[in-house]
Amino acid sequence: MKTDIVAAVRELTFNQAINEALRLEMRRDPTIVIMGEDIAGGAGLAHLGFVDAWGGSLRTTKGLITEFGPQRVLDTPIAEMGFVGAAVGAAMSGLRPIVEIMFVDLIGCCYDQIINQAAKMHYMMGGQLKLPLVIRTAYGTRGDGKRTYGGGAGAQHSQTLYSVLAHIPGLKVVVPSTAYNAKGLTISAIRDDGPVVILEHKFLGIAAKGPVPEEAYCLPIGRAVIVRPGEHVTLCAIGRMTHVCLEAAESLAAEGISAEVVDVLTLSPLDEGTILESVRRTRRLVVVDEDTPVASMARDIAARVAEKAFDDLDAPVKTVTAPDTPVPFAAVLEAHYVPRPAQVIRAVHDLFGTGD
Amino acid sequence: MSAKVGRASGSREKPLPQITSENLPARVETIGQKPARNQLLWMYDRLTLIREFEERLKWLVETGVPVGAVHYYTGQEACAVGVCAALEPADWIASTHRGHGHCIAKGVEVHRMMAELYGKSTGTNRGKGGSMHITDVHRGMLGVNPIVGMGVTHAVGAALSAKVRHTSQVAVAFFGEGAASFGALHEAMNLAAIWTLPVVFVCENNGYSQSTPVEYAVAVPDIAERASAYRMPGVTVDGQDVKAVWAAAAAAIKRARSGAGPSLIECKTYRYYGHHQGDDTRRYRTKEEEDAARERDCIKRFREQVLNDGSLQPEELEAIDKKNKEKMDLAVIFAEQSPLPDPAELYTDVYVPGAR
Repeated sequence: MKTDIVAAVRELTFNQAINEALRLEMRRDPTIVIMGEDIAGGAGLAHLGFVDAWGGSLRTTKGLITEFGPQRVLDTPIAEMGFVGAAVGAAMSGLRPIVEIMFVDLIGCCYDQIINQAAKMHYMMGGQLKLPLVIRTAYGTRGDGKRTYGGGAGAQHSQTLYSVLAHIPGLKVVVPSTAYNAKGLTISAIRDDGPVVILEHKFLGIAAKGPVPEEAYCLPIGRAVIVRPGEHVTLCAIGRMTHVCLEAAESLAAEGISAEVVDVLTLSPLDEGTILESVRRTRRLVVVDEDTPVASMARDIAARVAEKAFDDLDAPVKTVTAPDTPVPFAAVLEAHYVPRPAQVIRAVHDLFGTGD
Repeated sequence: MSAKVGRASGSREKPLPQITSENLPARVETIGQKPARNQLLWMYDRLTLIREFEERLKWLVETGVPVGAVHYYTGQEACAVGVCAALEPADWIASTHRGHGHCIAKGVEVHRMMAELYGKSTGTNRGKGGSMHITDVHRGMLGVNPIVGMGVTHAVGAALSAKVRHTSQVAVAFFGEGAASFGALHEAMNLAAIWTLPVVFVCENNGYSQSTPVEYAVAVPDIAERASAYRMPGVTVDGQDVKAVWAAAAAAIKRARSGAGPSLIECKTYRYYGHHQGDDTRRYRTKEEEDAARERDCIKRFREQVLNDGSLQPEELEAIDKKNKEKMDLAVIFAEQSPLPDPAELYTDVYVPGAR
């Protein structure tokens, strides 16, 4: 896939790019509605001059209500099971709803609607209906040790729970990593006739800024991208970890190790082809995942490569993940929780037998 | 009784019976205290077709035909029929695990339902749903749903869809008194109330969720009382009296269609058999209670009413009885002789194809 952008000079943050994707698609299709808690904010207070009081907890949906009105931009009560269910029903009956679950940590409140209802409808009904539903949800921690964006949210507001979504057949699970691919994947998700979950990293939402074309464009769901070519080792990364791997690859280059970075982008359906093709060339793999390790995407990818490309490997597959603990509160602990470039570099050294 | 058609009677060589489409529910021409004559005929037709379907199904189960897990609707027919008699074909319903009656009342064809229970490719869901997922979106039947309470949220979503798309459709959410204690129901009712949605909540209170009596599980004597918490009208009606159900439903549906918002109807009813085909009710219900319930049988009472007041003639009812028995004979033959799904069907319809 072509990732270079010829015409774009304008830069947007990741969240602004998603906002633009939502806006362009809502202009294009009047059946799109968006729903969620405080996605506009101050609902019903227009007579006091309060409109769009929040624009979403991370301001991703700011300004949509002033363009599209309260019938298409629906602030909801705190009722994930109810409004995600309503979105499923609306998707079955002629709308294309986009729901925001404020943080992925809250999916426990509506997990049935996602795994038993949205994901399975098409299959168990014998293909008789489409289910054009998008679920947007924020994940991850907000700090990186140097900067923090309202971080320190602790164990119930900082998780990376995408493996419990990728586990479910029928659900597409997308994890963008840049402003450019956030916009393109969001538009593809909205246009998709089935349920798609988009996981938006809280830190990237504000920290990731880059050139974004002004027009609408689609990036394919189910396609991984090689964001840095290399020869000696493949670093396979998800979401924010792509940036961690790029940083590690830069350091490794200085010591003569050429690392290829694959940005997975879609967890389900996983683009095995791109990952396997890369590993067959470099013959070494480190999978880097911000999620906890047990039953994780990192180990799933490692297992698939071990099954399908074992003979092409010169060393065992390594994984770098968060520890098998809840996310801690204190900044010093949180900084140790999230995988860092130094850990990736250490894993690569282990593969080459040059570690401690 | 006509001869039961069982497993042994069909021959694979015979062509599938040609079955014409069933009549859709009659259009509501008058909304008042008295259903029109064509509606009385339609009510009797649906009451007896549901009864015949379930009795035939019970016989099939007891003779060892593998139709999967089923929950008989027998005894509750007046609820589905009374409500659906007041609906338009384009209206939506969402159903429960005990859903055969709702399907038939909304016009889903019994031969396709029976084929679904047999796991055949000609079934409503092409053999991929079974009793607990029968769906026919073209008849406005959004799905039997065995996750108790979740279908209610989907009806609310369909009502939202009608409102946003400016159609005059109404959605009905059927649920049991077991779901009345479930959180999704309350979230859905609140959403419907704050958004003034065209939805009617129909609680079929049959007294028991599995073996747990409503007196134990629900804090109020009448579930209709719950409506007041959501600023909507709530009425309790005799769920064994199809005309009483119809009158309440017609008023609530009229209110919904006029834009005045949701209503709750509680139908006090009784299921004659166990929770599912394997449940022995004598573990938690007395014979005296069951006998008393059968004294109030909705079909028996309907016959007495319409024959006593002369609104229908005995030969008209007999003709309907005969037609429905024949229809079920054909439905079973159709199911028996239909082809099984191709094994490749296991892998189809996992993801919804296409994009917009």
